[in-house]
Amino acid sequence: MLQSILITFISAVFINNFVVVKFLGICPFLGVSKKIKTAAGMGAAVIFVMTLASAAAWLVQEFILKPLDLEYMQTIAFILVIAALVQFVEMVLQKTSQGLYKALGIYLPLITTNCAVLGVTLLNVESGNNFLISVFNGAFSGVGFTLAIVLFAGIRERLETAVVPKCLQGFPISLISASLVSLAFLGFQGLLK
Amino acid sequence: MGDIIAAVLVISGLGLIFGIGLSYASKVFAVKVDERTVRIREVLPGANCGGCGFAGCDSYADAVVTNGAETNCCPVGGSEVAGKVAAIMGVEAEGVKRAAARVLCNGRCSVSREKYEYHGIDSCTAAAQLYGGHKACAYGCLGHGDCVKACPFEAIDITGGIARVIEDRCKACGKCLAACPKKLIEIIPKDKKYSVMCRSRDKGPVTKSNCEVGCIGCTKCVKACGYSAISMEGALARIDYDLCTNCGECTKVCPTMAIRVMDFGE
Repeated sequence: MLQSILITFISAVFINNFVVVKFLGICPFLGVSKKIKTAAGMGAAVIFVMTLASAAAWLVQEFILKPLDLEYMQTIAFILVIAALVQFVEMVLQKTSQGLYKALGIYLPLITTNCAVLGVTLLNVESGNNFLISVFNGAFSGVGFTLAIVLFAGIRERLETAVVPKCLQGFPISLISASLVSLAFLGFQGLLK
Repeated sequence: MGDIIAAVLVISGLGLIFGIGLSYASKVFAVKVDERTVRIREVLPGANCGGCGFAGCDSYADAVVTNGAETNCCPVGGSEVAGKVAAIMGVEAEGVKRAAARVLCNGRCSVSREKYEYHGIDSCTAAAQLYGGHKACAYGCLGHGDCVKACPFEAIDITGGIARVIEDRCKACGKCLAACPKKLIEIIPKDKKYSVMCRSRDKGPVTKSNCEVGCIGCTKCVKACGYSAISMEGALARIDYDLCTNCGECTKVCPTMAIRVMDFGE
């Protein structure tokens, strides 16, 4: 059990990192990575939502879609689950923890449209994970997202003061550095058999 | 056919359950927000410039309702918004004091001397690190536009090597004041036409050798002002805007034309 959780961790964070290996959730990866602080905030929100979404989607899949032979509806059903879940979490946070609500701020509703969250739920189903592994996979995928976005934000903060050729200034150099980060993560391929 | 109906039923059923759940949750977890806060937030312009002295439009709206902040703090919306906010709060509307930023330096490239040729980072702060900047006058505008970058309303231009505020666009939010390394920018009431456009604290002859239009501390304006609105701070004249009546006597006697404001409309 412990071993499979460890394998899930290494797989989700390094080998199959959502952003730099699977290329899911690129929008927030490029959009919210200008400062390390906001990137970390976004990462925390994603970990939170991914964990909950994995659990909720697994339950919907197992107890509603599977018995009715409606697995082909899972994309729509999961979008529904995620959207409702994020709304619900936002309400609960606003009521119970103003501090956390203010800290996550705009990032929480933004996550509704983060395809990495949908991706993790669909991939959980595809690989036939059980409930516990699904939840851990969700959490660790969030950790992988956070790792990638914080690393990238650090690079972008340095790019601010770097001398960049005029034709590459702005987004082009960000994309080039993103691809280099992605290449670096390729080094983890083959770590697990 | 049965498959389609089952799929539609399941998904709409899920949607219905989530919808009911959410609307129930919104009742249970409703946070009491004073409806006046929401309404004030709606009439505010939403520029989030911080010109009111609060962190943004949201926190200003909150402060008006909960802490009794004044209703006329928003420089962007002007008296129109102040009137609406006052109406929501049920108090008498107070007029907004219209003000604009002014860059107190007239030392264009053509009239001021340079100390050295600067080829570094295009920023006043960076230039000011190198022997106080490339201008011979240590107090003058360096013209790299740190204030232009800071301005959220595109109200500042660099013309002739110095920064100029387009007063029609300026909302007096004060972002440029913080950006200027020479602390040359001041918020001045828009209806006051005359300012001493120089911040040089050098002695008269030094100022004169650095820049043709600097204040040389001759005190002629102090004597010419009939309302004792001008006083000397060392070798620099200063206008008290509470006393100034826009009579323009000072600008007539100033030998270096340091007291004047050109029309910086659009």
